Amino acid sequence: MRQAQGRAQQGDDNTMTRFAVALAATALAAGPAFAPGLATAQDGDFVPAVVFDMGGKFDRSFNEGIYNGVERFAEEAGVSYLEFEVTNEAQREQGLRRMARSGASAILAAGFAQADSVEVVAAEFPEVKFTIIDAVIDLPNVQSVIFREQEGSFLVGMLAAMATETGVVGFVGGMDIPLIRAFACGYAQGVHYVDPTLEVLENMTGTTPAAWNDPTRGGELARSQFDRGADVVFAAAGGTGIGVYQAAADSGNLAIGVDSNQNHLQPGTMLTSMIKRVDVAAHNAFAAVQDGTWEPGLLDLGLAEDGVGWALDEHNTDLVSQEMRDAVEAARDAIVAGEVTVIDYRTDNSCDYEG
Amino acid sequence: MDLFLSLIQLLDSSLRLATPLVLAALAGLYCERAGIVDIGLEGKMLGAAFAAATTAYLTGSVWAGLVAGIAASVVLALLHGFACITHRGNQVVSGVAINTLVMGLTPVLGHAWFREGGQTPALSNGTPFAGVQLPYVPVDRDAAMALIVQQDPDLRTLRQLTNRLEAGDADLAARIDALLVAPTPVISWIMAGLQGFANGTVDFVTATRFTPIELPLAETLAPVPILGPVYGELISGHNILVYAAVALVPLTAWVLYRTRFGLRLRAVGENPAAVDTAGISVARMRYQAVIVTGILCGIAGAYLSTAHNAAFVRDMTAGKGYLALAALIFAKWRPVPVLLTCLLFGFLEAMEARLQGVSVPLIGEVPVQLIQAMPYILTVVLLAGFIGRAVAPKASGIPYVKER
Repeated sequence: MRQAQGRAQQGDDNTMTRFAVALAATALAAGPAFAPGLATAQDGDFVPAVVFDMGGKFDRSFNEGIYNGVERFAEEAGVSYLEFEVTNEAQREQGLRRMARSGASAILAAGFAQADSVEVVAAEFPEVKFTIIDAVIDLPNVQSVIFREQEGSFLVGMLAAMATETGVVGFVGGMDIPLIRAFACGYAQGVHYVDPTLEVLENMTGTTPAAWNDPTRGGELARSQFDRGADVVFAAAGGTGIGVYQAAADSGNLAIGVDSNQNHLQPGTMLTSMIKRVDVAAHNAFAAVQDGTWEPGLLDLGLAEDGVGWALDEHNTDLVSQEMRDAVEAARDAIVAGEVTVIDYRTDNSCDYEG
Repeated sequence: MDLFLSLIQLLDSSLRLATPLVLAALAGLYCERAGIVDIGLEGKMLGAAFAAATTAYLTGSVWAGLVAGIAASVVLALLHGFACITHRGNQVVSGVAINTLVMGLTPVLGHAWFREGGQTPALSNGTPFAGVQLPYVPVDRDAAMALIVQQDPDLRTLRQLTNRLEAGDADLAARIDALLVAPTPVISWIMAGLQGFANGTVDFVTATRFTPIELPLAETLAPVPILGPVYGELISGHNILVYAAVALVPLTAWVLYRTRFGLRLRAVGENPAAVDTAGISVARMRYQAVIVTGILCGIAGAYLSTAHNAAFVRDMTAGKGYLALAALIFAKWRPVPVLLTCLLFGFLEAMEARLQGVSVPLIGEVPVQLIQAMPYILTVVLLAGFIGRAVAPKASGIPYVKER
């Protein structure tokens, strides 16, 4: 490089000099990325890494659940971890690759949207153990964790049906994807399991990942459903849900949270939260890698595995009567025992059930 | 009648959604009429939204938040002015720079201060007035229950209270009975008025959020057909910034067309050399214009984070600044058409929320994607077909250089 620069300086060609300087600068900047060693961990060291998705680490919902799980693991195991927050779609692959390059031995990818990127990067780094939540990838070094969200949604749907006084309940989804449709479908099944005559309103916030972080629109969608007579609204929309819960609190209606226990966000108007134990999944993925029990393949978590459920705490204990609790627990047992089947929208992309 | 009511609710929602657009578009109107192009409306709104939510949270006063939001926005506007007026920089570049700066800075500051990933903590609706209960104010069962919900921190909603009563909470039932006061003629009427005034004043001052205001007579007029719902649902029950935005439209028209300031403002945007010849400082006029822009953008930002929502969220303006610019061009830089255009944009957005999953007669269920594209399709069609040529102020975007 020094040679190239020297030659250019001797010559009169201005463009050449500039080119060489630019080249030198590029090489300098790219240096650390190519240099193995320094940032890389020693073989055998356990370095977990997590890549959060759009919506951000503190969306109080899906990503925050994963964050909590990872934090708990790091504290218990006494290790530090690498992290990356995706803020636009192009960064997913970069983020994953950077984690792998900087020596992570186990990488956790949050969210269905990272599936394509994980598929590419996992093939490039066959020795790194990847875990993805909410998507299925068939590679020898990838563990896929999926949830039967429809089962948890079914239970909160029942609660909504028992709490409504107007006979109309609502659903606000985030991005319009099969996963969110599965939430909606399970919810509707739960509502109609209690009373087939109830009406379920359904809105999706948008069709791009920006729909996970648009509380203004979420609030407006919720208000439109309240105007149409709904008095309980279930939001499965990441950060957008915050607007939904606010709108419910402002108008004195009930809302249902999602993924993490969100009852504390608007105490008194949060009927419950449909819990998806992504924190447990995140924690267990790293714990398994650490103690050597990690295996590639599919992990399907539902009510039976306590992967999904509904939240009851001091914030909503007044809103859920004993009668409601008993009914939901009975339905839970029936689903676990296989006496009640909850249809999964994703199996054939439709939501046909006996209403 | 049901259709009528849903139409009213649709318009109600349009008004809420149009408010930030109206404020931002009027902000743009002032500086563009003075010859300064402002792409930075978006950034100023975002900065103001952040400053307002942060200050309202820390001080517990939404009014302090509003002032902080305006201050932040005015600082950004002066920065724009400094670049474009004093240094005759490129106005578009300066505006884009401000947008980028704020978009990056707000989440960073927010995360550093609150550790919530760039959001600010949620604002409550203010501590409900739990103070003095004047004597002789009649209290029936409903009012007593409402009072208990207000005063008891464990209870947030009436529903919680009724659930507890149904569960047989004798203590609560006794507290309700203790509160009941039978009305006495005249005295109770006067005292009730005083009580209402006191409650209202305290709520108004101590709020950390702009909450809906019920206009007088809304209850009384409710049974009247058509007028009742129009007044009660559509006109009454918005927060104060919505009314301010609507009131600013005629005010702007008056300032622009009926005052000396307005005349000079328009002249500076059309022919700054002539204004200069008349002995008026072009730079001074333009600085005044960008300050007004800053103030209005500040109100728009505060509306987003402390009235329409209850916290700052990163990128919460979501392109509203650009939409406001489009509305401004659409309205040919005139105040009243600005209001109408913004209402149209708000209406389309409100429609989008309501048309989803609804079966439209003759057509059936419209796909979500088509509904979401509607505002854009309509904008293009209307702009291309009906509005005709939009001519900007002549000196718009051109830095003024005094001839030597």
